[in-house]
Amino acid sequence: MKLVTAIVKPFKVDDVKEALKALDVQGMTVSEVQGFGRQRGHTEVYRGAEYTVDFVPKVRVEVLATEADVDRIADAIVAAARTDKIGDGKVWVTDVGRVIRIRTGEMGDDAI
Amino acid sequence: MEGNTAWVLVSAALVLFMTPGLAFFYAGMVRSKNVLGMLMQNFFSMGLVSVLWVTVGFSLAFGDGGGLIGNFDFAFLKDIGTGDLALPGYVGDFALTIPAVVFLAYQMMFAVITPALITGATADRLRFSAYAVFIGLWLVIVYSPVAHWVFSPTGWLFERGALDFAGGTVVHINAGIAALVLVLVVGRRRGWPREAMPPHSLPLTLLGTGILWFGWIGFNAGSALGANSLAGQALLNTHLAAAAGMLGWLFVERLKDGKPTTLGAASGAVAGLVAITPCAGFVGGMAPLVIGFLAGSFCFLAIQLKFRFGYDDSLDVVGVHLVGGVIGSLLLAFFADTEVNALGADGILLGGGAEILLDQLVAVGATIAYSGIVSFILAKLVDGALGLRVPGDDESAGLDTTQHAETAYNLGEFGSMGRIG
Repeated sequence: MKLVTAIVKPFKVDDVKEALKALDVQGMTVSEVQGFGRQRGHTEVYRGAEYTVDFVPKVRVEVLATEADVDRIADAIVAAARTDKIGDGKVWVTDVGRVIRIRTGEMGDDAI
Repeated sequence: MEGNTAWVLVSAALVLFMTPGLAFFYAGMVRSKNVLGMLMQNFFSMGLVSVLWVTVGFSLAFGDGGGLIGNFDFAFLKDIGTGDLALPGYVGDFALTIPAVVFLAYQMMFAVITPALITGATADRLRFSAYAVFIGLWLVIVYSPVAHWVFSPTGWLFERGALDFAGGTVVHINAGIAALVLVLVVGRRRGWPREAMPPHSLPLTLLGTGILWFGWIGFNAGSALGANSLAGQALLNTHLAAAAGMLGWLFVERLKDGKPTTLGAASGAVAGLVAITPCAGFVGGMAPLVIGFLAGSFCFLAIQLKFRFGYDDSLDVVGVHLVGGVIGSLLLAFFADTEVNALGADGILLGGGAEILLDQLVAVGATIAYSGIVSFILAKLVDGALGLRVPGDDESAGLDTTQHAETAYNLGEFGSMGRIG
């Protein structure tokens, strides 16, 4: 079992969601996050005082996947979230030791 | 008569509304950990000052004690309710056409907002109890006498011929210089100016600006103390100066920083409103546009002074209210027009002599000197007795939790709160 984690631009979340639905993915979790990569932040000016804002708002998407599905899911996210401009984000895949569906107690791939 | 009374009653309500407006204007500019602290300092003035005003404040401002200060004739509202009471000095050309009780209530709203103006300068670091004691003393010892000098026809600046229609000296210069000395006594916020302290909610600031602008109609047009053409002129002047103030600020900001900002639009409008306050019932024609535009552009430049001289006037009370008040009070010497108000004077641009400029300079100088010195002494006394400033850890944690045991924004469905008492 794998966990696919993606950091994407906020306005691309809907595209990512639709792409995952098209793959019959059963669930996803999103959270609003902030951070920076190679994309730089921006500056803000309040009454002449200039500030740099280093952390850029992004959305983190998390999807649990079986070994069989993980590559398709990761590729779909990459395709859906790409704008070809700096700041498009990243996708990474990590191993997951155990997954349990709380309602039924199902384990492993059955719980995904 | 009844019409005059009705207009001043409505104006009293309008001016009252300015204090919550000011509270939100300021609260939007502080960080989210200090929102309630800021709102509370402003709202608290509506509580404390109203009580002080009816007990002694009004009497010290409008009683007949000579040129420098009133007396206790009207303390605890003595004689105020009796229908035909004539207040000292309000005779002849200056005779009031409204009942004394209405005048007292209207003036009460001015007294409420003036100490509240100071809170923007000392944002994020005042101990609430010390603040409360300070503004209480300040109202009685600073505001009431200065109001007497300028507003009461028996006051020495009024008699001297200084013009101040609605409080350029009494309200804005007075609060502005008090803000400056208070900032010097309490010192800078931790981390200023290195650390970023950006506004947490400019929408709140814009909302507060709208309320201030609306209420200012009562502040200035109500100061005509009648429902008449002078009130109409003052209303128009007030609105036009706010409009031109916004344009002036945005113009200079766009040139200097590249972008016109919403905070700039709000600040410019307030700067224009401050500057037109002394002039509102004495000028006409295009004068309010010039006064507003100059105030907007110069106040934008004036708020940069704090970085040069290193005083942490957090929300620019000095840059907007002191500087804007001085600009308005002095420009009045050029633009005053007896065609608009026969009780005023003709300014230098309308053929008047230079004495009016001297009168205005004396009024500005006397207000700055008295309020500056006495506010400094009061601040030192309160600081020594109670400590004006919160401890460093409390400042870092924010005033909301440390001074008021509350949080402004409890967002979301869950939290970690459990009832313990």
